[in-house]
Amino acid sequence: MEQHPKVYVEVTAVFDVEGRLYPKSIRWEDGTVYEIDRVLDVCRAASLKAGGAGIRYTVRIQNQRTFLFLEENRWFVERKTDCLPLN
Amino acid sequence: MDRSILHIDMNSCYASIECLHRPEIRHLPVAVGGDVEARHGIILAKNELAKAQGVRTGETLWQARQKCPELVVVPPRYPLYLRFSRLAREIYAAYTDRIEPFGLDEVWLDVTDSGVFGDAVEIAETIRRRVKFELGITVSIGVSFNKVFAKLGSDYKKPDAVTVLDRENYRTVLWPLPVETLLYVGPATARKLRARCIRTIGDLAATDPELLHSWLGKMGYVLHAFANGNDTAPVATLGEEAVIKSVGNSTTTPRDLTCLEDVNIVFYVLAESVAARMRENGLRAKTVQISLRDSDLFSFERQCRLAVPSCLASELHDVAMELVRSNYRFQKPLRSVGLRGVELVPLEGNVQLSLFEDPLRREKRERLEDTVDNLRRRFGPGAVTRAVTMCDPSLGTLNPKDDHTIHPVGYFKPA
Repeated sequence: MEQHPKVYVEVTAVFDVEGRLYPKSIRWEDGTVYEIDRVLDVCRAASLKAGGAGIRYTVRIQNQRTFLFLEENRWFVERKTDCLPLN
Repeated sequence: MDRSILHIDMNSCYASIECLHRPEIRHLPVAVGGDVEARHGIILAKNELAKAQGVRTGETLWQARQKCPELVVVPPRYPLYLRFSRLAREIYAAYTDRIEPFGLDEVWLDVTDSGVFGDAVEIAETIRRRVKFELGITVSIGVSFNKVFAKLGSDYKKPDAVTVLDRENYRTVLWPLPVETLLYVGPATARKLRARCIRTIGDLAATDPELLHSWLGKMGYVLHAFANGNDTAPVATLGEEAVIKSVGNSTTTPRDLTCLEDVNIVFYVLAESVAARMRENGLRAKTVQISLRDSDLFSFERQCRLAVPSCLASELHDVAMELVRSNYRFQKPLRSVGLRGVELVPLEGNVQLSLFEDPLRREKRERLEDTVDNLRRRFGPGAVTRAVTMCDPSLGTLNPKDDHTIHPVGYFKPA
């Protein structure tokens, strides 16, 4: 079966004293936990790839830049396209 | 100094939002349609691919499928559209507080005093880019010196475009357009105008306003002013538009209504919902309006003034039934009906008492309905129901309050 490009993930995050929200780690579908080394950017953005819109965190995980989206109260990431034959 | 007005239209709003959320259907013709099973089987919105195949908003699903067999129809998700509408307004609110929504997907902004963000065209471009990036859907924006032209501008080029109509170009750009593209020229008015060889907005602008008045009544003056860019209606400040002008519900029933008994049941359900909402908002209605639509989709409205302003379901219902009795003979079964309270006045305050009715009885009835509201709030909408609604559970268990639709607020109060 074709895998959906939108992957909801479990996220551990902290609120700092200013009330800003920072994701610290994400748990992938297979259970692996990835630490977020750094949040590089935060902005509102849509994800055309996964299909959704919300607050986009540009994060660095194991030296890879990737996007993590907070949509209302759920977090999702975009599945890498090489495992998804999108038309 | 001229004002700077933007009109922003989210292109194929519902369909775009669905396509954004479903990458797998993005390359197909897509329409958002009502629920076929519950007979709300019409097209609410369609994407560009479906439009190219002739699918039109408002037609039935089977008509659309005949033109476009591979059409993907998805059910509407109003909470999602409301969220996008809200997010878009948050973007607009960064540039001005003069924001007047026109339905869920259209809005006017007055950016005359927003010079710190650039001129009107720069703001329009910024908004267009931001909505596309942040929400993943496109808007078309009209920039002009009045609301009517701004709206024409947003229709002029879409999707994802900004059109400027200023005092220099409006004659060459707008005047050749067919007259019905103008706001408030509906099919009936267009027919009247065409019969008198007024085919374009330019023709309308050049016609003697007194002549228009004699044909169209006072709308004649209004349309003449619109066509000449003399529309001075202000853009409401955010929050101002919250004044409620009417409280109403309509429903397309699960089966056609063939007799007064059927209508009686549905009007009880509608009246209860309307009355409860009026009480929630602290309002009474002076006038009751009903709308009826038969199985051929022919529809009309009738209204009647109440002796005393009321928020009682029983009174709204009785007046509505009286209107049906005196205006409809069931030549054709009814497909949908609506009930609306207008000319609203505050619940508190002095009321003219009637000589022929016992005010105490009335007060008792109001207390009774209040109590029923409370019971329903605490134990659910089905906790207390009228016996009549159980005669036909398929009609009696409609829930108009929860599946009521969102209508644009009128541009100005209809006469």
